[in-house]
Amino acid sequence: MNSAKRFDIIRTIMSVLIALAISFVIIFMVSDQPLEAIKYLLIGPLTNKRSMGNVVESMIPLIFTGTGVCIMFSANQINLAGEGAFHIGGLIASCIAIKVTAGFVSPFAALVCAGLAGALFTVIPAIMKITTTASEMVSSLMINYIALYFGNYMLNNVIGDPKASAASYKLSEASELPVLIQGTRVHLGFIIAIAVAVLGYLFLYRTKMGYELRLAGENEEFARYSGVNIVKVIVLSQILGGFVAGLGGGVEMLSPIYSRFTWTSLLGYGWDAIIICTLAKKNPLYTPFAALFLAYLRTGASIMARRTDVTLEIVQITQGIIILLVVAEQFLSKYKHKIIAKEAKAALKDEEVA
Amino acid sequence: MWKAILSPDFFSTILRSATPILFATLASAIAAKSGICNMALEGIMLFSALFGVIFSSLTHSAWLGLLITMVIGGLIGMILAFFILNLKTDEILAAIAINLTATGGTVLIMVAFSGDRGVSSSIRSVSAPTVTLPLIEKIPFIGSVLSGQNVLTWLAILAVILLHLFLYKTPLGLAIRAVGENKNAAESVGISSRKIKYIALIISGVLASMGGFYLSGGYMNMFTKDMSGGRGFIALAASSMGGDTPVGGFLVSLLFGLAQAVANVMQLTSLMPYEIILMVPYLTTLVGLGVYYYGQKKKKERLSGK
Amino acid sequence: MDNQTVLQMNHIMKIYGNGVVANEDVSLELRKGEIHALLGENGAGKSTLMKVLFGLEAPDQGDIILNGQKTTIKSPQEAISKGIGMVHQHFMLVPSLTVAQNIILGVAPKKGLFIDMDKAVKAAQDIAEEYNFDLDVNQRVEEIPVGIKQKVEILKALYRGAEILILDEPTAVLTPQETDELFVQLVKLKDKGHTIIFISHKLDEIKKICDRATIMRNGRSMGTYEVKDITTQEMSRLMVGREVSLTFDKNEQHLTDDIFVKVRNLTVHNSQGVLKVDDLSFDVKGGEILGIAGVEGNGQSELIDTLTGLNKKYKGEIRIKGEDIANTSIEGIRALKLAHIPEDRMTSGCAGNLSIQENMFSNQYKDTAYSGRLFLKKKAIEKRSDELIREYMVKCKSRKQNVGMLSGGNIQKVIVAREFSTGPDIIIANQPTRGIDVGAAAFIRKRLLEFRDAGCAVILISADLTEIFSLSDRLAVMYKGKFAGFFTDVEKVTEEELGQHMLGIKHDDVLEGVTYE
Repeated sequence: MNSAKRFDIIRTIMSVLIALAISFVIIFMVSDQPLEAIKYLLIGPLTNKRSMGNVVESMIPLIFTGTGVCIMFSANQINLAGEGAFHIGGLIASCIAIKVTAGFVSPFAALVCAGLAGALFTVIPAIMKITTTASEMVSSLMINYIALYFGNYMLNNVIGDPKASAASYKLSEASELPVLIQGTRVHLGFIIAIAVAVLGYLFLYRTKMGYELRLAGENEEFARYSGVNIVKVIVLSQILGGFVAGLGGGVEMLSPIYSRFTWTSLLGYGWDAIIICTLAKKNPLYTPFAALFLAYLRTGASIMARRTDVTLEIVQITQGIIILLVVAEQFLSKYKHKIIAKEAKAALKDEEVA
Repeated sequence: MWKAILSPDFFSTILRSATPILFATLASAIAAKSGICNMALEGIMLFSALFGVIFSSLTHSAWLGLLITMVIGGLIGMILAFFILNLKTDEILAAIAINLTATGGTVLIMVAFSGDRGVSSSIRSVSAPTVTLPLIEKIPFIGSVLSGQNVLTWLAILAVILLHLFLYKTPLGLAIRAVGENKNAAESVGISSRKIKYIALIISGVLASMGGFYLSGGYMNMFTKDMSGGRGFIALAASSMGGDTPVGGFLVSLLFGLAQAVANVMQLTSLMPYEIILMVPYLTTLVGLGVYYYGQKKKKERLSGK
Repeated sequence: MDNQTVLQMNHIMKIYGNGVVANEDVSLELRKGEIHALLGENGAGKSTLMKVLFGLEAPDQGDIILNGQKTTIKSPQEAISKGIGMVHQHFMLVPSLTVAQNIILGVAPKKGLFIDMDKAVKAAQDIAEEYNFDLDVNQRVEEIPVGIKQKVEILKALYRGAEILILDEPTAVLTPQETDELFVQLVKLKDKGHTIIFISHKLDEIKKICDRATIMRNGRSMGTYEVKDITTQEMSRLMVGREVSLTFDKNEQHLTDDIFVKVRNLTVHNSQGVLKVDDLSFDVKGGEILGIAGVEGNGQSELIDTLTGLNKKYKGEIRIKGEDIANTSIEGIRALKLAHIPEDRMTSGCAGNLSIQENMFSNQYKDTAYSGRLFLKKKAIEKRSDELIREYMVKCKSRKQNVGMLSGGNIQKVIVAREFSTGPDIIIANQPTRGIDVGAAAFIRKRLLEFRDAGCAVILISADLTEIFSLSDRLAVMYKGKFAGFFTDVEKVTEEELGQHMLGIKHDDVLEGVTYE
């Protein structure tokens, strides 16, 4: 239905506008220089090359986790361990990047292991669900905290540099992903991220396995009846989703932004991924666009936070409102019903004429 | 180590660390009984931990602070209900949105209110008092376990009893259970499932806010960023392991308290690194969930006569 | 009986969110103290109309006039407060609560803050006695049989002061004895002044008990008639629009030598551990249709689930084309060229949020014609979908339309197209024409016969006796997990005989011709 799709787009735009409007109201309430703040938030990222670079570099982790969550959610598994997978991916990549100094081998090994570690963390809830029927949602939430404290343990006891505070030894220079655009920190990870999004799309929508996965996600009974091996599909989807999220953590860690592992709390990319996935309607191909939007908003917010008295965290409120409105089926539904009822009535008339 | 475990302090720790989880577990139980998985508990607790500090400091009264926090908790429950029930938002996504808003919102408010980031050290809040039990206090061992607990711990235990009576003995409780079990059945006799779920989620919000208040006004006496630390999520697990009943939830919460107390002892005796101790509640939950549901599954299989 | 009008629904129109026009222009008028039949095929819009009356759906157009006053009913609460009660087809009871608790739910007597349980039990008992309903109000609903559950439903409505009582296909789930009992009770209710709307598509029942009937077809009302003045033939003509004859020209039978489906001593328990299939043995050869009749819930679903591999927990032996399927996956069973039209099309027959195209390939995407080692062959799939849509006359906007947006008949066509297009040797068709329009049903039946003629083994489970009679070459009646009767000469079987086997009144111990050994 074209009208339904058009309606979806209108609603998404409306949601974003309303969320921004609410954020502006909050800025007016907390800030002494609200107009300044709003200006930086909206056009700050466009003012110079470095800021634009910031937008692109912050898209990268969002595309990874967003794609990972798209894959996991497409199988209808509410697995929220993408957060933990990203964290552990960063940790494992650092461990390897510290030790391995050979060019090319170092980043390659680090990234592969980051992905595998991520996969390990997201597959646990899936396996638990299959063997014990425990809800994957709750167990995946626990996984995130386990990843966090495991990371802290490693940082303080294994890879921590005694000369630095709360930081690991330096990652080997061979492991660093090269910068693509001089004068910014946009790095090779961006290309990998776009490739992952495209591959994710091809996987979900063009391969046999992806088709099985979506069948199982849309209607498990139907998939089973059709002969799909549900257990295999669930396990594989969570492994792949986690691999992508873990890879994202690895890429982020090897980027020019970091030279040591310093994550002592969860960064929230797993949660952001859920917004990305929602905005992208579970299609990895759209994740870069959704990521661009969030990254722009965040870069704007951080410029705003640097220049004015409004804190960065306002973005989380904006994001929260966007999710609420985008997934609120009934938001603007009267308008939707009107369109559809109008079409149906027109169709009735056509039938009578014919 | 055994000496540490057999000390009254150990049992007192069980109660102390079970309290916030117990509130949240009850909050989860009532929502679950009405048929909703309230994952926003985490966000509500976080908001409440901050509001508890702010309002007890503004009113110079722990009780007024608690009261205002409870009202706000109920309001957040109501907002959640509005999105889930009126706007038909997926309950998990709605909860994620509220949790995100809480993560950002608490920092924003804390900065706006006090200029602090991270820890609310400049706010002088009033913590809820501890209760000294006049006669029991004198009893050796038991006295030192039970007496001197925070008043909120006792409120939590009272809440277990009240919630049990509410769910199983009152018309509204009957309606909540009916809505959760067969929404259409309830609708068909004129019970508005929307209204009932609103009520359940508001009560859920109030209970969670008490748990949040305890974090910053009982367990500790200040607010720190992200201080709910996944307790709202743990409560979801605890509640389902307790069969979503108040009494079951109480017992499971005690188990969590126990795990925490054991972990504390092990830390004191340096048997385990600090970070692993912090991991204990989450690991316990993960393992607990697995064991509980595996048992349930086996039980079902036995029933099916296989 | 006086002729006072208690309710009028005028020119009701209701369009659902997915664009389906359920009621186009429906009018209904009720007189006090009558039993009024609302008659129509599945999908004619009866349930929607009643949902409008009961406040579950808001009409897009039209008025409701209750006791002479124009009114709007926005919720079931309002309907109940206006004296309208409804007994739904799917029972609206809370299983873990007792009968009394279910009856007083929402209007519980109180003692202080608490429910006065003693008073509640007393009240429930009183109303049961007043209307001569024989039941124990302290039992949990999950423990009582279907017939009693329905009584609880009626009592619930009466307890709330219902004057107008809507019964949505009340006999669908009842045994004949329970149906008789229900009718006695309905007449009593009528004598006490209650007005009853009786939704059904069983003409004999309407003849037996109703005073007037409003007939619906395709979302329109076709008029209201005095039941005594209209013949069942006329009623069915108004309902269906044309005389439907189910006489198919069945070609002569050519049986294969091989047994395609061989079942020996099959015993299946359901997930609650209840015995559902009890030591069943039978054979099906290619080129025949084995019909299985029976009241729903006598083990048919479990039998089908086991034959198709959805259920793996069974005792006994099943061989599909000679292969023991005990350890064969569903995929493996399908590879033996077995097609399965499932009973419930929405839960296991399709994925509503996926496109027609995506739904048409769930059983054959691994075929080398449609996929390589990794990727799907998009072009080939698109081409084939368009062909199938044309061949099976699926009414849709394009192959990209979501299946959930189609009507029931068209969804069923998508499923049938998918299952039949693989060139199956064995077809298991479970209620293949339930709830779909006449044209689509005839189309599917014709196809089944074509497959039989082509040497395919067909197992047909259907609640539609006419369908069973006209299609089956051999006919089994299932009762409590066993074949209570088996007929190799279907034409000689009468409906009465079949009915007696279905209800367990007659039970043959020796079954001739069930197996070919």
